[in-house]
This record gives sequence, C-alpha cells and structure tokens, in this order.
Amino acid sequence: MSDPIWIIGSNMTKFGKHPELDIIDLAAEASLAALADSSMAMTDIDVLAVGNLMNASASVGQQLQKQIGQTGIPVFNVANACATGATALRVAIMAIQAGQAEVGMAVGVEKLSGMGLLSGPPEAPRGDTWEPRGRVGALGPTEGHIGTDIMPGVFAQIGMEYGHTYGEVSFDLFARISEKNHAHSTLNPLAAYQKRFTLDEIKNDVMIAYPNTRPMCSGNCDGAAAMIVMSDERKQSLPSEVARRAVKIAASVLTSDPYTPGCQVLPDINTLTRNAANQAYEAAGIGPEDLDLVELHDCFATAELVHYDNLMLCEPGEAVSFFESGAPWRDGALPVNVSGGLQSKGHPIGATGIANIHEIVCHLRGEAGDRQIEGARVGLAHVIGLGSACGVHILQQAS
Amino acid sequence: MTDTDPIPYVDYLDLSGEPQLVTQACTQCGAQFFGRRNACAACSATTFVEKPVQRTGHISSFTIVSGKTPYVSAIVDCAGVSVRATVINVEADADHVHLAMPVQLTTYSAGHDADGREAIGYAFEPQTTAEETSI
Ligand SMILES: [Zn+2]
Repeated sequence: MSDPIWIIGSNMTKFGKHPELDIIDLAAEASLAALADSSMAMTDIDVLAVGNLMNASASVGQQLQKQIGQTGIPVFNVANACATGATALRVAIMAIQAGQAEVGMAVGVEKLSGMGLLSGPPEAPRGDTWEPRGRVGALGPTEGHIGTDIMPGVFAQIGMEYGHTYGEVSFDLFARISEKNHAHSTLNPLAAYQKRFTLDEIKNDVMIAYPNTRPMCSGNCDGAAAMIVMSDERKQSLPSEVARRAVKIAASVLTSDPYTPGCQVLPDINTLTRNAANQAYEAAGIGPEDLDLVELHDCFATAELVHYDNLMLCEPGEAVSFFESGAPWRDGALPVNVSGGLQSKGHPIGATGIANIHEIVCHLRGEAGDRQIEGARVGLAHVIGLGSACGVHILQQAS
Repeated sequence: MTDTDPIPYVDYLDLSGEPQLVTQACTQCGAQFFGRRNACAACSATTFVEKPVQRTGHISSFTIVSGKTPYVSAIVDCAGVSVRATVINVEADADHVHLAMPVQLTTYSAGHDADGREAIGYAFEPQTTAEETSI
C-alpha cells in the first residue's frame, strides 16, 4: 500500500449570490484562505489543478495565478461536468502519488446565479426545409419530442427507476428527503439557502419535473472551494500545530460509466458510483459501517435516494427503509448531507466536488461549529457528473 | 421513398411498413443502440445489423416536465430494449401515468416544412388492444 496523502489546508467561500465578485475573485478568496489554513505560500505549491465548467476554455488556473502568484508551476485546467471539483483534486493527488509533486493545490469555482435551467449551447438555426442533424438524424429539437434531457427530468427518472426496480417510491418520500437537507442547512452559515421548509411547502412549491419541485432541485449559485494536499514524506516536516489538523485521504477514486444495457438511453449513474465506492472502501480498508458521516451528490432529491444504495449505506434495494429509519438525519445512525447538501448549500458546479470534501474535513477536525457531528473520525464525500464521472473520497482523522 | 413521402423525425424510426423503431445491434456482442455508431460501447466491434424493437412495452421510469404544456417523458422497456420517449394520448399528471404501465408505439405529425413535406415523430401511448391490456 502506498503512502497516504494528506489534506493540510481547506476552505470554501460562502455559497450564494456574489454579484460583485468574478470567478477569479472567488477562486482567489478560497485559495488564499486554504493556503493560510495550511501555513503554506504559493511558492510551496508544486502543482495547481483548477476546475471550472462554464469557462472551461479560459485558462482559469492561469488567471488565478496572475492574481495570487505566478510561480511557473504546471497548471491543469479541468472540466468534468458536476464532478469537476473532485477531478481537480484527483489530479493534484495523482501528481503527488506519481512523485511529480510534494504539495498540490486544487481549486473549484463557478458562477451560476440567475442562470436558470442549465443546458448545452443553443442549437444553430434551422432552415425552412427538414434537415437531419446529429447522431440520430433529428429533424428538430428532441426535448419534448423524445422524452426529456433536462437535468431535473433525467434525475427524476433515475429516482423513479429505483422505484420500478425495488418497489415503493413516492412524491412524499422524495419531498421528505429534501425536507431533511433543508433542515440540516439551517446550521451551515456557508449554505446558499438556510431556510427550513415544511413538508407541505416543499410539495406545494413549483413543480419542475415530477416528482422534483423547486426546493428538491440543487440551487444555481456562486462559490469556490480550495484544498492543499501534501505527500506523507513532506508532512513529516510540518510543524506540529499544522500536522495536528491534517486529514488523511484514505481513498481517492474517479470512475466513468461502464457500458450497461440502456445506459445510452437513461444515464446509469448507479454502476459507476457503486464501482467508485467499492474501489474506495477497498483502498481505505474500511467499510460503509465505519463511516461517521457522508456528503453525497443530492443534485435532486430523487438522486439522493439511489446513492444510499450505490454507496452501500444500506443493503441493495433497501434505500427507502434506510431513509425511513431516520439514519441519514444528523442525529441518525449515519448522517448524510449535514451541510444541507446541494439542495440548500447550493451547487456551483466546479466548486461542489471540493466543497463536499471540505465539509468532511471540518467535521474530522472538530471545527464544524453548530453542525459538528460529535466524534466524527471517518467520512465519505461523493459527487457525480452526468456524462458520466464519479468521484469518491474517504477521509480519516489523523491517528 | 419519393420526395413527397413523410420522413421520420429521427433516423431510427422506420416508416417503410408499419412504423417501428430500429436499433443498431452489435454483431459481436448483441448490444443495441439508437443512432449512428462508430463502434460498440460494450465490446468495440464495428459491425452492426438493424434490429427492430418490439412495439409494445411498459414504463420503467417516467417524469412529467412542467411548463406551459407539461409532457410525460418515459423510459419504456420493450422486451429488454430501453427506449426514451414522450408518452402521449394520456393526461400529463401522476394520476394517469404510473410505473409498469403498458404502452405501445404510436406516431404523430411533427409538422410540414416549406416544401410541404411532413415529418413523422414517434411516441408511446397507453395500450389499447384487449390482448395487451389483459397482461
Ligand atoms: Zn458489441
């Protein structure tokens, strides 16, 4: 087994609306705070990985360097859908594992406030006669003609599919999952939304794509998160007050979706998550029963349900009873999304995959304030980006 | 096909006889796909044969997309082949659409272009024939 890698600095900005800040302001705020948190300077950093989706061709990493330190180190600008932030961290970790760096910085940033439903670039205008286009030779838009491609609809179908495979799911069940996360968010000052909703408020809000109403969808917002990671060897030389707060990366895994029948019709977000979880548990030498908390990718309430199962927090097919047992509430047997999750903390895509790891770091350091899960020693962070990419990180308190 | 025949809205809708959907089936492993292929996602082989999809199936998942005119999007299991489709000829609400609901392929007019040529789209609708609803 290879030497562990350590998180020695971590930070996220407040998620929400930041009309006065651009993405570099946000990235710089998180990066400088993460450096301060680790007692490091830009001159200590050997490799920089920066995740941003909406400006993927804009060399955001180099733009960030021009504001906080141009040291000439290699920069990797990455984009991997909603797993972009976790991918940036994975790149920094791989550079250290490969012996190419001792200290790495991973940054994720996004500005999405007011963007509404996210979709791809607009289709070029069509002429006045039929002209087949694309992989299926479509004569016009497929949305509405061939089901749906919008995210709330795709993830609604993923949740409903679980119900078809394993039995009862309902609008009420999914709404109660959302109720939990919104309740959790009231303790997180960095969450974009900290409003506790009643179940009726959630169910009676605007329906986006049945069974997901607006509060059951992740919120578009602005934010950044940054993390400093270090080799085990270099960590030995840290002053004890810095080393004391280091958090061990027990597993860092990134997977893509392997072929399964039907996966090109409705994305199979289950198999790659299960694969990532299996690899992560094996690498960490621990099982789901050892976890004290989980941050999982609840981009929609319907997604959270399937990931209880995919991450093996319950027996196969038992996700509904896992939720009904109260386990994923913050006072339950295995708290899930005590940050408020993407539904209330918000989902600035590039930042999300680092922010959910930051949440685990806060708890393992005993620095999560009012929402601290007492005695937390092991946590798992999960993200998924449609397309698909899945990141799973298991963190452990330094022993 | 002549210049005045209706044309399919997507190329995997076959209107040459009774309308049916057609997959590209990998000759090596049998995996089935809709649309133009470079190679097989399951085994990387590069030869395919066209294979028709059963015209009836059941809803294995659905959502109802809100908007001015809400629509039902479903994944339809047609004898093991998953098809993404809009479900029509049904009220677009959760009281009228349900998991495991039997459905059948149907077509509709997607409009005419400037030359007056009609495009035909596919969708699914609740099964109507006695033998099929008796399942
Ligand atoms: Zn094949």
